[in-house]
Amino acid sequence: MKLPVVKKQRTLATETWRRFKKNKLALTGMIVLSSLVLIALSTIVIDLATDNAVYNNYVIKQNLRMRLQGPSKDHIFGLDEFGRDIFMRMIWAVRYSLFMGTIAIALSTIAGGLLGAIAGYYGKVTDNAIMRFMDVLLAIPSMLLATAIVAALGTSLTNVLIAIAISYVPTFARTVRASVLTIKDQEFIEAARAMGASDSRIIFKYILPNSMAPLIVQATLGVAGAILSIAGLSFLGLGIQPPTPEWGSMLSSARAYIREGWHITVIPGLGIMITILALNVMGDGLRDALDPRLKN
Amino acid sequence: MKPSDELLSIEKVTIHYETEDGIVHALNEISLTMKKGETLGLVGETGAGKTTLAKGILRLIPSPPGVIKQGRILFEGTDLLSLNENQMRAIRGNSISMIFQDPMTSLNPVMPVGDQIMEVVEAHTKNASKEEMYQQACDMLEMVGIPADRSHEYPHQFSGGMKQRVIIAIALACNPTLLIADEPTTALDVTIQAQVLDMITALKSRLNTAMLLITHDLGVVAQNCDRVAIMYAGQVIELGTLQDIFKRPQHPYTKGLLGSIPSLTKNVRRLSPIKGLMPDPTDLPPGCAFAPRCQYASDVCTRGVPAIYTLSDTHQVRCVLAEQEVNHE
Amino acid sequence: MGKYILRRLVMMIPVLFGVTFIVFFIMSLTPGDPAAIILGDQASGEALALKRIELGLDKPLLVRYATYMGNLLRGDLGLSYRNQIPVAGQVWDKFPNTAMLAVAGIIVALIIGIPVGILSAKKQYTFMDNSSMVLSLVGVSMPNFWLGLLLSLLFALKLGWLPSQGMGQGFFPLLRSLVLPALTLGTGVAATVVRMTRSSMLEVIRQDYIATARAKGITEKQVTNKHMLKNALIPIVTAVGLQFGHLLGGAMLTETIFSWPGLGRLMVDSITSKDIPMVLGSVIFMAVMFSFVNLLVDILYAFLDPRIKSQYGGPAKRRKGVVA
Repeated sequence: MKLPVVKKQRTLATETWRRFKKNKLALTGMIVLSSLVLIALSTIVIDLATDNAVYNNYVIKQNLRMRLQGPSKDHIFGLDEFGRDIFMRMIWAVRYSLFMGTIAIALSTIAGGLLGAIAGYYGKVTDNAIMRFMDVLLAIPSMLLATAIVAALGTSLTNVLIAIAISYVPTFARTVRASVLTIKDQEFIEAARAMGASDSRIIFKYILPNSMAPLIVQATLGVAGAILSIAGLSFLGLGIQPPTPEWGSMLSSARAYIREGWHITVIPGLGIMITILALNVMGDGLRDALDPRLKN
Repeated sequence: MKPSDELLSIEKVTIHYETEDGIVHALNEISLTMKKGETLGLVGETGAGKTTLAKGILRLIPSPPGVIKQGRILFEGTDLLSLNENQMRAIRGNSISMIFQDPMTSLNPVMPVGDQIMEVVEAHTKNASKEEMYQQACDMLEMVGIPADRSHEYPHQFSGGMKQRVIIAIALACNPTLLIADEPTTALDVTIQAQVLDMITALKSRLNTAMLLITHDLGVVAQNCDRVAIMYAGQVIELGTLQDIFKRPQHPYTKGLLGSIPSLTKNVRRLSPIKGLMPDPTDLPPGCAFAPRCQYASDVCTRGVPAIYTLSDTHQVRCVLAEQEVNHE
Repeated sequence: MGKYILRRLVMMIPVLFGVTFIVFFIMSLTPGDPAAIILGDQASGEALALKRIELGLDKPLLVRYATYMGNLLRGDLGLSYRNQIPVAGQVWDKFPNTAMLAVAGIIVALIIGIPVGILSAKKQYTFMDNSSMVLSLVGVSMPNFWLGLLLSLLFALKLGWLPSQGMGQGFFPLLRSLVLPALTLGTGVAATVVRMTRSSMLEVIRQDYIATARAKGITEKQVTNKHMLKNALIPIVTAVGLQFGHLLGGAMLTETIFSWPGLGRLMVDSITSKDIPMVLGSVIFMAVMFSFVNLLVDILYAFLDPRIKSQYGGPAKRRKGVVA
């Protein structure tokens, strides 16, 4: 019984890739995103290799004499209100947005996915209990929920992660529950059950692998939303605190100097927008590739 | 046929769908005529181009991808293909109307049925008050056997057969001279099918409307039609009266449809289905489109599209075998 | 229809209790001693202990929640830690400003979103469609607080056309001060509405009843307005309703940028000053408002779609036209 599942996945993956490749916009999004991941990883490697020397000397070191200088040959994105090189800060900021967004969504995918799978698989009282709880969470706008959590727990990297992760759990629980409900009555599940497979084995080996498609799409779009939320929280002063470079908090401090230099406002926002745009087109492309019927 | 009797004359109409996967040759120089008041059955498999022909007459082919490449469609002497959109709109629903295949999806779900009937009356009636037009819509409902006080209800409150009656009411509301019915009963239960068909036939003879009845059900044809046209891959391959087609079918495809091809070689079966599938409309074979499936096919068939052979005043066939038949007599 | 609304109202009660409890629970996790925040660092241990008892902090969470809810139902949301004024009054004061901003944002979104979405669908794959699709992708990907900064940079600082701070007094000054915040809030939603409208229209365009309508000989404008739009709008209403929640979240950021005296800004200020009752009160208020908006959307949805209406209220009894 194991073979058909594995085989189906493999053909689904290659088939999806074949269709995804045709979508030039989505492909561009993927290339942009891969470059961002590469940038983020290299900054981490550089920090480890130089024992934060680059970070200390080029990213957070202030040079008040040169503050708010516009873009020039030496500093292509100009300098910020403390005379720090905006280009370097932009580069070092990639990892916060990208990895925090990814980790937050990974957490809520796991939690939401499990809750959804359990609710969908067991049905009845379990389903009711879990999904009513999710309804309650959904009844609070996600940004509001995240803000309240950070307000209560305090502004730290971990708390921001937890806040964002919790606010996305219901979305994933719903997605997975819906696909579990359609899968669970199919014959290969019946067959597995007839062969004496345990509930957890059925959920992990058969149901979850087969409900991956909508989850992947939802997660890609979720990362985009999470990055926006993180930047928003940082903008309100509730997320990542300066001098750590983060796009939202860079915009937040730029606000006070908006009259004195346009570049410190425009550039960090562009960073956020390009990242989100790449994730969105990739998510759309993935959805169309995974389920061509949805495409208009 | 006397020219004065002639209602509709389709002359060498070609319609293509230009899609990413290639050009779909939906209709290939199709020709067909209809007399006033007659019922012509249009028979063929799915994909033969029946619906394209129906929509083509009303110029409702979605474009893109649909393109009317050539031909004329003369309706009461006017070439429909030469009319502008406004002139065409005055004909749709008025002198030519259409009944679509699936009653479940052919009515607007968020509009009361009375309003949906009134809409067509409104589009083609001048100098009448809203009250009069609504009254006319209600009369139409009564005529198809639905109480007028249900005119305020929505489509989901009616059964499939009732919905199809509403659609018939819409189609006949302006006394059309030609009614195109595209498989009007395919989506209905067998018991309802007969009722709906009887109603259409009764109403059309009362209003003296000609009907182009599209179907793939030969039983329906036998009960309702005066003449039959058999379609295959975008062409009419045989045309004749009920007698001609059912008693003296000439084209091997027609014989196949009737399931009456006697095996010439060995074991005789009662029913012999036509082997194979319709050719891919993006890649039609040269010559006769049916040749690849035809057990009588020879080199001649693939060389060129067979000509139309006239067997009698009423009976025509597009097959080289008929040449021998004609010569024989 | 009345039965349906009543049912939905009853169904909302447990959700509201759940929402308030979750928010109450989260806020109770706040570290730090509220008594110390109120009385200041100089207060004696005895005074602090007395204050804690006065605030009911010695009681278990559920008891405190029950007390809070009891007061809430009487319209009392407690006193601010910062300046001892009633929270409820503050919230009621600021809410109309946030509501005004959110409604203006929705209006911007609908005015831009629906016509562009319709045009895009009707002219699928043309230059117009492609460019509006690219623009709406940019729109949904743009952080609205950045857009807000850009708009005030351009229209307030560079061109000086519109104010970028605060809320104007009197009708026209108010309207002028509303433009930039409403654009900021509405643009992202507009982009979502464009995408929704387009895909919803494309879905409807394919339907058989559109072919029926065309075969009647009515004008293309009538086909669009009477047949396509009415059906396509049904899912859009739901989507726009859900977007309202995002607007409330987004309002926090927009209000901060434009110093708009709304609930979101009150909340952000209270978080900074650790004014827990104020944060709690405004979050609960917003969450409850969001639930009510969702309820309204559901009712509107049932009103637009006769299939749902009759599912709950028996056959449609509406009589229109002449025959009555």
